Amino acid sequence: MSDTIEAGHGVASAARKDAPPAIILDKVNKWYGTMHVLRDVSLEIAQGERVVVCGPSGSGKSTTIRCINRLETHQEGRIVVDGIELSDDLRSLDAIRREVGMVFQSFNLFPHLTILENCTLAPIWVRKMPKAEAEALAMDYLRRVKIPEQAGKYPGQLSGGQQQRVAIARALCMKPKIMLFDEPTSALDPEMIKEVLDTMVGLAETGMTMICVTHEMGFARQVADRVVFMDRGEVVEQGPPDSLFENPRTERLKTFLSQILRGH
Amino acid sequence: MSDMTERVVLGTAAGHSPEAVPGGVEQGAPPRRAPVTSTGLIGWLRANLFSSWLNTALTLALAYLIVRGLIGSVSWAFVNAVWSVPVTEAGAQTQACRALNGTGACWAVITEKHRFILFGTYPYEEHWRPALCILLFIGLYVVSAMRRFWRKELVLVWAVTLVAIGVLMWGGILGLSYVPQERWGGLVITLILATFGLAFAFPLAVLVALGRRSELPAIKVLCVLYVELIRGVPLISLLFMASVMFPLFLPDGVNVDKLLRAQVAIILFAGAYLAEVVRGGLQALSKGQYEAADALGLSYWQKTGFIILPQALRLVIPPLVNTFIGFFKDTSLVLIIGIFDLLTAGKTAIVEPAWQGFGIEVYIFCGLIYFLFCFAMSKYSQNLEAELNRHRRR
Repeated sequence: MSDTIEAGHGVASAARKDAPPAIILDKVNKWYGTMHVLRDVSLEIAQGERVVVCGPSGSGKSTTIRCINRLETHQEGRIVVDGIELSDDLRSLDAIRREVGMVFQSFNLFPHLTILENCTLAPIWVRKMPKAEAEALAMDYLRRVKIPEQAGKYPGQLSGGQQQRVAIARALCMKPKIMLFDEPTSALDPEMIKEVLDTMVGLAETGMTMICVTHEMGFARQVADRVVFMDRGEVVEQGPPDSLFENPRTERLKTFLSQILRGH
Repeated sequence: MSDMTERVVLGTAAGHSPEAVPGGVEQGAPPRRAPVTSTGLIGWLRANLFSSWLNTALTLALAYLIVRGLIGSVSWAFVNAVWSVPVTEAGAQTQACRALNGTGACWAVITEKHRFILFGTYPYEEHWRPALCILLFIGLYVVSAMRRFWRKELVLVWAVTLVAIGVLMWGGILGLSYVPQERWGGLVITLILATFGLAFAFPLAVLVALGRRSELPAIKVLCVLYVELIRGVPLISLLFMASVMFPLFLPDGVNVDKLLRAQVAIILFAGAYLAEVVRGGLQALSKGQYEAADALGLSYWQKTGFIILPQALRLVIPPLVNTFIGFFKDTSLVLIIGIFDLLTAGKTAIVEPAWQGFGIEVYIFCGLIYFLFCFAMSKYSQNLEAELNRHRRR
């Protein structure tokens, strides 16, 4: 992937190691039928920490973060988000989804609603916020992602990069404590990747807890406190971006890095 | 056809079409207009109707047949038609119509019998009541069709109007004389069956379609069973069951109105068909829409009501209206259990000896009424589709 953002001037870490962890994954296992897609995945993510998850396709990185807000269910192990353990209890699920925002590879904006309605729907109906307040909040976030002038349009009228920025604003309107990004730039044309990454860097500067599945190594170097490398459903290696990229310890990570670098 | 393609290809080679080569525009050459002979009316005629001697012959032969047919129908329906006949105490004197020998329409049968066709055996001096009901129904359709009236109050308007129609038809209060249901008939029966039928079948269909995709096995099985059972039998057999078998299961003395039984059969039948149409729409939505709604923390009903159904129903407007139109006409099947709808009334109107043999005129009249309602539905759905899918425009 292209190193759209220059490495070097990183964003200062906001991770609070003293506070209770934001997310705990403890020996999480998942199968699709007989295929073992997550094998004993254990991760602990501190509040305010920014984690980039990378790995070859099919390595289970998307599945891992989709388990965190239970778009996928795991079969073994324990997932605790913001102090709440994920279970079949619907109330705990609702509580978790309110606190966890998600941005998808394919944006998944609601095409029949305007940009503003996309942003205010959940705050009004899930957070029970008065409409005027929700709209003011939405406009505030749309300004932060630099597209307030598009508020009255429909998603189909926007470019891919703009749509993804709206998707980020929509998730932020729920005032989540944790943000999940599932390959947010993979469906974008190269010239639009930067505008989305800039938005995410801006978000990182606010101290948000972020988990991001991406191949944007420049982004990882700039904002990540930790990079987690996954392969075949396992966490193979993890550490600060610089040491991980410069001194890969495992053969698998070396192969992966050489593959993504060769592409450019 | 192959002649035509050949012609077009040859035309290009001969330089009849614009010769703007790809890339010409980028180099700044102003786009030229296509030659008149290939785009204008003359060009169209030449390409489509007179492209070869065979096409020319076909065009002329068809034009001749169309003109003959038009002249024939106009002289039958208007020029030679008889619009009224004298009515004496012995009944209608239809000799003038008989003398036409089929060369002209006998619209006198409509002039004489239109009230019977529209209102059936409803007491003659009370005909204003079903007439008012028909107007109320039409008013209800018009109001419901306008998007600016699409709010909660519309449900109330429907409830009030339907109650008013019930009061008008039955009477027995407010100084209106009581008219038993057996005497209702004509267009108003068709509208009652169609309106109540679709008004109840549609919500039922949405619930069944959602149920069929439910993760709860009991609900899913129930919905699948309902759809497959009802869809697997003809409407006629359901109507028979409703009219003949159902009363056998009721205790003595309990009697459910025959019209109501037919109405329930129609609702169940239409519900099963509409459910499959709605399910098609639900399946056309991408999984991402469900996931995005879930990730935002919306509840099942919020997700369904705000995200899934609005998109799914928009997608299926054409097949939905197709089914609506089909059911509007299928209500005429109630004639087999002796309910007096528009078509049955028309059929009965020409049983009288004086009017026998004038079925064509009566069926054209009934057909026209059906057509007006169905065509209005079709036109409206096209507008609605364009309007609701505005967001897909770029």
